[in-house]
Amino acid sequence: MKVSLSWLKEYIRVDLEPSIIAKKLTMAGLEVDAVEERYDFLNNIVVAKVNEVKKHPNADKLSVCKVDAGGDEQIQIVCGAPNVREGMFVPCALPGAVLPGELKIKKGKLRGEVSAGMLCSASELRLNTDAAGIMDLEGDFVVGTPLDEALKVSDTTFEIDLTPNRPDCLSIIGVAREAGAFMEPKAKVKLPDFKLPEDKIGNVSIHDYAKVQIIDPDLCPRYSAGLLFDVKIEPSPFWLQERLESIGHTPINNVVDITNFVMMEMGQPLHAFDFDEVAKGRIIIRRAGSDTNFTTLDSKDHKLESDMLMICDGERPVALAGVMGGENSEISKSTTRVLIESAYFNPVSIRKTAKKTGIATDASHRFERGVNPDGTVKALNRALSLITQICDATIAGDIIDEYPNKAVPLEIDLNTDSLNTRLGTDLDADAIKGILESVEFEVEKTNDTRLKVGVPFFRVDVARPEDLSEEVARLWGYNNIKTSYPLVPAKGRRLDEKIVLREDIRQILTGFSFFEAINYNFINENSCDRLSLPDDDKRRRVETILNPISDQMSVLRSSLIPGLLETMKRNISQQADTLKLFEIGKIFYATQKGALPEEKEMTAGLITGNRSDSSWCSKKSKVDFFDLKGLVEGFFKALMIENTGFEKIEDDSCPYYKDGYAAYVKSGDTLMGTLGKIDEKVLKNYGLKQDAFVFDFNFNAIQDLLPKSVTAELLPKFPSISRDITIIVDRTVTVGAILKQIEFISKKESLIEKVFLFDVFEGQPLAEDKKSLSFRVVYRSATKTLKEKNIKKLHVNISKIILDQFNADLPE
Amino acid sequence: MQNSIIDIEKEALELIGQATDSDQLEQLSTKYLGRKGVLTKFLRNISSLPEDERPSAGRDANILKGKLEKEVKAAFLKLEAVDDKKLTGIDVTLPGRPILRGSLHPITQVAKEISDIFLRLGFDIAESPEVETDYYNFEALNIPKYHPARDMQDTFYVSENIVLRTHTSPSQPRVMEKTEPPVRIISPGKVFRCDSDITHTPMFYQIEGLMVDENISFGDLKGILTTFVHQFFDKDTSLRFRPSFFPFTEPSAEVDIRCVMCKGEGCRICSKTGWLEVLGSGMVHPAVFENVGYDTDKYTGFAFGVGIERMAMLKYGIDDIRKFYENDVRFLRQF
Repeated sequence: MKVSLSWLKEYIRVDLEPSIIAKKLTMAGLEVDAVEERYDFLNNIVVAKVNEVKKHPNADKLSVCKVDAGGDEQIQIVCGAPNVREGMFVPCALPGAVLPGELKIKKGKLRGEVSAGMLCSASELRLNTDAAGIMDLEGDFVVGTPLDEALKVSDTTFEIDLTPNRPDCLSIIGVAREAGAFMEPKAKVKLPDFKLPEDKIGNVSIHDYAKVQIIDPDLCPRYSAGLLFDVKIEPSPFWLQERLESIGHTPINNVVDITNFVMMEMGQPLHAFDFDEVAKGRIIIRRAGSDTNFTTLDSKDHKLESDMLMICDGERPVALAGVMGGENSEISKSTTRVLIESAYFNPVSIRKTAKKTGIATDASHRFERGVNPDGTVKALNRALSLITQICDATIAGDIIDEYPNKAVPLEIDLNTDSLNTRLGTDLDADAIKGILESVEFEVEKTNDTRLKVGVPFFRVDVARPEDLSEEVARLWGYNNIKTSYPLVPAKGRRLDEKIVLREDIRQILTGFSFFEAINYNFINENSCDRLSLPDDDKRRRVETILNPISDQMSVLRSSLIPGLLETMKRNISQQADTLKLFEIGKIFYATQKGALPEEKEMTAGLITGNRSDSSWCSKKSKVDFFDLKGLVEGFFKALMIENTGFEKIEDDSCPYYKDGYAAYVKSGDTLMGTLGKIDEKVLKNYGLKQDAFVFDFNFNAIQDLLPKSVTAELLPKFPSISRDITIIVDRTVTVGAILKQIEFISKKESLIEKVFLFDVFEGQPLAEDKKSLSFRVVYRSATKTLKEKNIKKLHVNISKIILDQFNADLPE
Repeated sequence: MQNSIIDIEKEALELIGQATDSDQLEQLSTKYLGRKGVLTKFLRNISSLPEDERPSAGRDANILKGKLEKEVKAAFLKLEAVDDKKLTGIDVTLPGRPILRGSLHPITQVAKEISDIFLRLGFDIAESPEVETDYYNFEALNIPKYHPARDMQDTFYVSENIVLRTHTSPSQPRVMEKTEPPVRIISPGKVFRCDSDITHTPMFYQIEGLMVDENISFGDLKGILTTFVHQFFDKDTSLRFRPSFFPFTEPSAEVDIRCVMCKGEGCRICSKTGWLEVLGSGMVHPAVFENVGYDTDKYTGFAFGVGIERMAMLKYGIDDIRKFYENDVRFLRQF
């Protein structure tokens, strides 16, 4: 909402600087976004004296003038105005100046004569409508004075970013009321004259010409109309054009300008019909019903829905009620009879129509927020009065005012104690009364803590005592309310396990030199294809966004992997090809239509590139599966989750991993997630050329496996001894199987402390299908220092079992 | 003449002591002890001295000669020892073996910093779904369908009644439905609005808070939020509370802080106003309490919301919000 100071001054006394007004409006809840000087452009236009006028040698109607614009030398300007004469003072735009309409003045030649500027007419400077000649600044001036200074013109505009609860301020009078409340002393709004000029009132009744029928009063509680005869459609007078231009509106013609003027002045949208186009003189307000199409006055066709409210004449719809008029009944140059509509429409209905047709007008903006339900007649009279004066028209002797659903005045019983409790203030009833009255609430004091507050009709946002507390707070000043501290029980809960785990995971993985990524929840709709997911994969059940930003962000992610691969791609394109990334976030599976999707929290990570930063002391080597596995093992160790096992993925559940290079990660029988090497085909789908290794864990599964408590173990008192076993087995035998076997034995043998693999060898001199594995067994007793003899038998026994079980040989 | 020997000694010892390399020492040795050196010259000229001074002068000169020879030798040794140390051992200026480090996303860090402040003030963390019903996202918060306030938040829809939450406030009715006052919660998390440019990403983070009890006032709201701002920025940051509108609070307030960049002078960051809008807040609207069955005569409360990106941008001087979601490691490693 744009407001000009000059217009504001029509209704209130203003004795504050514009910058102070802006600040006070902002602090009263009408946020001023911008304060601009309307005539700033006149600062580049100076008073000049015409010293010499000669006929242009090559053009009859042009003169070549020498003018003094205050500079060191005279300036030559070619001028086409008939009234230019020597000795006159004129406004002169010098090169660089910009005139209204973005006209930029440049030095140039006109028909061969140099012209270094422009002598301006009043209309070109939007000072009045006189375009017949250049502006004759009668009087004495100092040449070179900026025109705004010389003519003492100034006006300030305020751009107000109104919140949707204040439709009453979508009018100059509304803003004036607010501004008046903080003037000192308070300034009361002076309303315009709504009286109709007696001599223009005809002696015919509108009822002889027009009939208004409200069929759907739920959507149109009130419809007022006035009728005008002998209307002359012309451009508006300058003052009216100027008023509209001051707040950024473009003048159209007198009748339309007056309806706009009244809307901006009072906040009541009006519509003017060419009454000769209103069939049978009838106005019927009803739902569209079976009407299906309508052409608005901007020549656009719209599909109607049956419950859209329409204004119809005796035959057809003539306006989308409250939104936009129709092409068929628009005011034109030949219009002579005009019907003015001033109505109150149901806000929700108007909003639905505006949304569905995609039309947003000044009228719909006001109606959907709620105009004064009781204000139609005043606004109508204001418009009728202006039209009779400006368009030389006469009006019918009466108006139509159909008001089937009368607005009921609202009275609120305000307990000032509750108000003070809510605000933390200590205001007495009289102070509160004064504050509310300053913005036209009608207040009656019942006793020391009770007020009866009548809410003015235009305050559609005020319905209960709490709303009044806001009025009091903002007008008293939020910053005058004392800061206090709540007294609440010193009760608190433990942090949710989930939140603690998230923090732990973040700490562990950043400690492992991972960077945390946060990717959008939206992914490309082709992501499942790019991951080669099978048709029946759960992750294909994506939730689709009905109004996405783009195709790349059109579905909710059902996996964190696409985001990580995209992030990898983005970094590689920035020459960062060694990456360790992780993300904690939710994935989504669609459920039934209209129900919430399943949300599942996941933790996933990706490594790619080199094992370490390139440096003088390390050879460059690429990360592989076992780098990732090591990180994963370390991760679960750090979380103290025991029995972490890896099982090769042999089914088709994760086709984005390369066959044979992926594993399920389990703790006992519980699946925690997967890890693996990304398949070449998937890499290609993401435009990637280097290997990537990914882990993907279910956050909740991890959470369930966390140890409830950790107990410290006594440190051993006696030293350990180690013995090795080296065996040669078939290459198909897995290390995991052998370790499991030894573990099984160690459960029964308390002397075995741990067993680990320390060497793997394949190749010559071993046969092609064989490999050699070396294990180290660490023995320790809790009660004594072990000697060779204590473990010899046990060690041989273990070797035997393994040789037996796995069909192994000892090395030669 | 005696003075002369003393002068020579003083000067020679000083110069030898100052010598930093063997070339300099060599030159000093020649200067004082060489065949054409200062001492040789002195001994040659001894015959010009009065006879009774000659023996002592000769003796002093010879003593000095011996002393200087010793000094020069010792100086040479000292220099050699320094050179030796240079040659043995390692080049300690060689870079160490690199240790890789990772880092938390700046949003995570700032979210934690903000959460921690409120946790210290006795708030609990409440989480709720990222995809939400129209009811919890809007209606329960007093934003009916077709209310113009819905324009304040451009919403992503999954179906007619399912939306990507536009704020984390839905956790508030969800918690209040199950808990009797006093309630003190914050809800950090992702929120979504269809908007994408230099100051908007379609996904961003918020922390919304709620405190409900008997006698909670607008003054208390000011107290808690002032404490928060003073802990997050610094205790001298000035604040102002400005009337605004949110459908779920009445009265509603925006909280501005003195621009942290220009200290209120007016700059690009604060659009020349000297103030930065950092929080939205207000006293909980009674309609919200009615929706969850709270007694509006007994309880009052306040709610607030803060954008984490905004705070991170101010804290780290980041000017493009989209940087947070590009996950460029050159960006991430700075935090």
